[in-house]
Order: sequence, then C-alpha cells, then structure tokens
Amino acid sequence: MLREQYQQEIDDIVSRYPVKRSALIPLLYLAQREKGYITEAAMIEIARILKLTPPQVYETATFYTMLNLKQVGKFHIQVCKSLMCALVGSDTLIGWIKIKLGIGPGETTPDGAFTLSTVECLAACGTGPMMQINDDYYERLTEDKLDRILSDLRSAGSSALKTGPFMWPEPLAAKTETPVR
Amino acid sequence: MPKYEPILLKNMSQPGYAGTLAEYEKTGGYQALKKILGKVAPADVTQLVIKSGLRGRGGAGFPTGVKWGFLPKDHQGPRYLCCNADESEPGTFKDRQLIERDPHQMLEGIVLACYAIGAETAYIYIRGEFVLGARILEEAIAEARRAGYIGKNIQGTGVTVDVWVHRGAGAYICGEETALLESLEGKRGLPRVKPPFPATHGLYNKPTVVNNVETLANLPHIINRGPEWFAAIGSPPKSTGTRIFCVSGHVKRPGNYEVPMGITFRELIYEHSGGMRSDKTLKAFIPGGASAPFLTPDHLDVKMDFESVAAAGSMLGSGGVTVMEEGTSMVWAALRLMEFFYHESCGKCSPCREGSSWLVQTMRRIVAKRGRAQDLETLTDLCKNIAGRTVCAFGDAEVAPIMSTLKHWRPEYIALIHEAEASNLLRPQPAGAKG
Repeated sequence: MLREQYQQEIDDIVSRYPVKRSALIPLLYLAQREKGYITEAAMIEIARILKLTPPQVYETATFYTMLNLKQVGKFHIQVCKSLMCALVGSDTLIGWIKIKLGIGPGETTPDGAFTLSTVECLAACGTGPMMQINDDYYERLTEDKLDRILSDLRSAGSSALKTGPFMWPEPLAAKTETPVR
Repeated sequence: MPKYEPILLKNMSQPGYAGTLAEYEKTGGYQALKKILGKVAPADVTQLVIKSGLRGRGGAGFPTGVKWGFLPKDHQGPRYLCCNADESEPGTFKDRQLIERDPHQMLEGIVLACYAIGAETAYIYIRGEFVLGARILEEAIAEARRAGYIGKNIQGTGVTVDVWVHRGAGAYICGEETALLESLEGKRGLPRVKPPFPATHGLYNKPTVVNNVETLANLPHIINRGPEWFAAIGSPPKSTGTRIFCVSGHVKRPGNYEVPMGITFRELIYEHSGGMRSDKTLKAFIPGGASAPFLTPDHLDVKMDFESVAAAGSMLGSGGVTVMEEGTSMVWAALRLMEFFYHESCGKCSPCREGSSWLVQTMRRIVAKRGRAQDLETLTDLCKNIAGRTVCAFGDAEVAPIMSTLKHWRPEYIALIHEAEASNLLRPQPAGAKG
C-alpha cells in the first residue's frame, strides 16, 4: 500500500494545495514510480486518500500520456516523431531502433527490458532527432550514439550520453566543460 | 553578423555559469526583489510593467501588466500566480533552457509578479517530460527559501510568497491557460469556456494570473534597468524587448537565439543560425510554433514583431522558427503537424475532436497517393468548420498548417492527387464502380 510506505511524502504533497484533488497527478506519479505503472489498486487507494471516487481518479489518469496504466519495459524509449524532429531524421531513428531491438512502436522486448513508443513534441526541436528514455533526454542522435546508449543501458542501467542542463548552442568558451551534447 | 546584448541568456552565456543562488546573486540577482518588496506599492509595479510594454512570451502576446490589472482590486481571499512552464508548442524549446540554466532568474520574476498581484502562492506548471528541469527548480526553490527570498516574511518585509513545482503529465493542451488550471486542479486538461476569465475565476475559482516562463524572467531586468530602457529595445511601441527565438529544421546552427524583436527572419535564419545546412535553398518556414501558418521565401524580410508577422498572414506565437529546405514535401509537412494536433486534441469540442481525425485521414490518403479529386474541397470545408468554432484557440491552430500549405503550395496537393488518379486507371474496378 502506498500510504504505509510513503505517508510523509503523501502528506507533504497534499499540504501544497488548498484543494486535495490537486494532489492527484503527483500521487499518480508516486504510484507509477513504485510499480512502473499505475495499478487499479493504487487508483482506488489514491481515491480514498484524496476523498475522490475511483472514476474521478480514472478519468484523470486516462487523459495523460505519461501515466502508464499498463506495464512498460524497464527502459521506456520514447522517440519524438513530430515535424521538427522528422525534418532531421526521426523516422530513420525509429527504423534503427526497430532493427536493433526487434520491436515496433507500442511493443516491448521479450525480456521486458525495452518498450518503444513514438510520441509528439518533447521540446527539443533544435537538437533532434531525439528520444527520452525514462527520465532522461538523448539528443542529436546518430546510429553510433544510439548503439552506445543501448549498450550502456543494458550493462550499467544508465548512460553518460544523456543531456544535462540544456543549452543550445552551447556557450562558446565553455564548449569542453558543458555536459550538453 | 550584428551582435546584440543578451538579457535573459546573459548569465548562462558566461563560461561555467551553473545557475546556483550564489552565482545568480553575484550577477545582481535578487536586487530587483529587494528594491521592490515593501518599498514600492504593488499597483505601481503593475504600472511599471505596463510602461515597459512587456507582452506575454507564451504565444498570444497579451500585454502582461494589463493582464495583471484585470484582477479585481477589492477581492478578499487568496489569489494565485501560475507560471506556465508547459512548453509544448512544437518548435519551441526556450523555457527549458531558462529553467535548467538560470532558474533563479525566473523565480525572482515569480516573486515580483506575486507581489504585484497580491498572490501568496505560485505554482509552476512544468511539462511532465522536463524531469531534470523540475528537479533543478525544486533545488533552486529550496535554496531561495533558505536565503529568505521565497517563503514567509521575505527579507523581513512581511511579504509571503510560496512557490511550488507541479508536474504535468504529457498533454499539449495544458499549455492553454484554462486547461492548465483544470489540470492543476487534478482534472482532465479540458479548456474552460471564457468568460469568466482566470483574472476573476481562475485556479479554485479565485483570481489568477497565468504567465509564461520567459515573460516572468524579464521582470527582474525591467525593475533593475527601468521600463524606459526595456521599452526602447526591439520594435517599439508595440513589440518591446528581446525574444528568444528557437530555430529548428534545416539550418546549420539550430538553437536558441536571443535578439531584439523586429529583426528580419532573413537575419535570424541566415546570420544567427548560419543559413541553410546544405546547398538546397529555403522552401518554407514556420514563424512561431506549429500553430502559426507557414510562410514562404517571399516573407524572409518580414520583421519579427507581433504586428509585422500578423500582417504577413501568420503569427509570431511562441517564437519557434522551423526552416524547411527545397525538396521537403509541404503536404507531408502539414500531415506531420496534423498528426500532432489529432493526437493532442483534448476531445471537448466536436468540431475539433471529429474534424482532426477526418483531416488526418484525408491527409494520409493524399500523401499515400490514394487521394481523390474532391479531397481538397473536403479539407477546406473541414478547416472552415473547425476554426473559430471551438472553446479554445486549438481549433484555429490545428487548421493553420493545412490552410497555409494549401494556399502557398496547392500544386503539390494536386500533383499527388493526379498521381493517385493515374494509378487508379490501372486498377481493375468492380462492376458499377463510379469514376
């Protein structure tokens, strides 16, 4: 149960708002962090915490694309397919991923490691093609970079190729020390 | 290439600047707050912002100070400021940089705005995908709270401003201010019917102001250097100050460029962004995010201010400039944007919900060379029945790509349909099939 495990965090979130329902999306995120997706049991519990009906929780949960109501892979790859990224090769990127992982959009690898989704604009239009994997952005992707990222994730669970605090173009003098790629 | 003094990107352009409180203070950070809180009357702060000519940087370009002035003067009880950090207009990626590289700049702006409108609570509604940005903001808020710039009794002035980060969860429509408020209330992000406007009935039905990140980030500079200084930058009297334009697509150096409003698209694309990425010439560009109608090379000398771009038949919008080279299919480009709008339509109004699906199907058919002669009429009809017939501006936005490409590149649509008709002749038809 969420409540037993996260009582303090839940109280802290709820205290930020004068109306309890505002804490709904933050609590759904909490449930998603716990299990990787939002279970029906979690939605019922959240309804009880916020004094809502389960359908009220469900109607909000089903509106937002980032809230997963189904299990996804350990690494959720989301490739931006909107025009700005498409102009610089996002369709090609999706093709590479399909070949390398053997899955199409909406599919998960049999070992449960990777899920591929295509999504709409992630606000990284100047540094496309790009993808988000779990919490991190990976930008200006090439086939080489993609290979390194996938192998880093498989072996270490994270990759140094992820974008740090964003700035593009980078400040000239600091080119070597900024973490943005 | 003309050089301009950056205002919002100044700090982060310094080598090694990481946006901590200490660094921000060293560059004069939080001086505006100390100058204003408890010393200048809130109404005078609003007047000052009106005088600067600052207009909203989110897309609509509404004068910021005027918006603040709409709040009822005699209202008892809470008021709210919501910082719109939902940055979701395709082609736009400036707020992300302002948030992640210089968070205190916008936080100081938030406190100043709260003081001016009498709000004690501000929520930063940040798009869910900006996990890093949300974390950076949380840390910056904690830093500012410890230093007495946020929280109760700020700098001993008795002024209270609390700031909270609220993450969205992946819905374009939540950048629309009333949908943002619905979402912040824990509901589906469906835009509200206006009036009443948020100024009187906003978050929790209380007087509320929603301002974009870039708008708020300008405030400390306007206070520190004076409204006259700000009003002289750019394209006065109506488009004052700088804009951070986000350049994407087929240019050599895509990215964020802060320039005074009123420079030409030619200067932005060919000088600041280094021109086209190859020897292919420019075919089309979108001047202000996906909701803005496409423009052609004939419009390269249009000045980048609100009025000039509107006069050219488009809008400056969110400042996202997307450049397309010769060889890009305009029908395909319009389809890609239409797919975006179809995916993001919230479903509240039938013309938009049903129309976007119909538009996407028709466009897909044309691009797949299975179009029919009457499809162009269908597209035009649908667009006319969506625009202006929805609760929010999404309806007008979603028809912009198709309407503008139909206007400027109609022969491309016709050529695809002709190909479809030609190949149809080769296909055996069942008995009784028409045409």
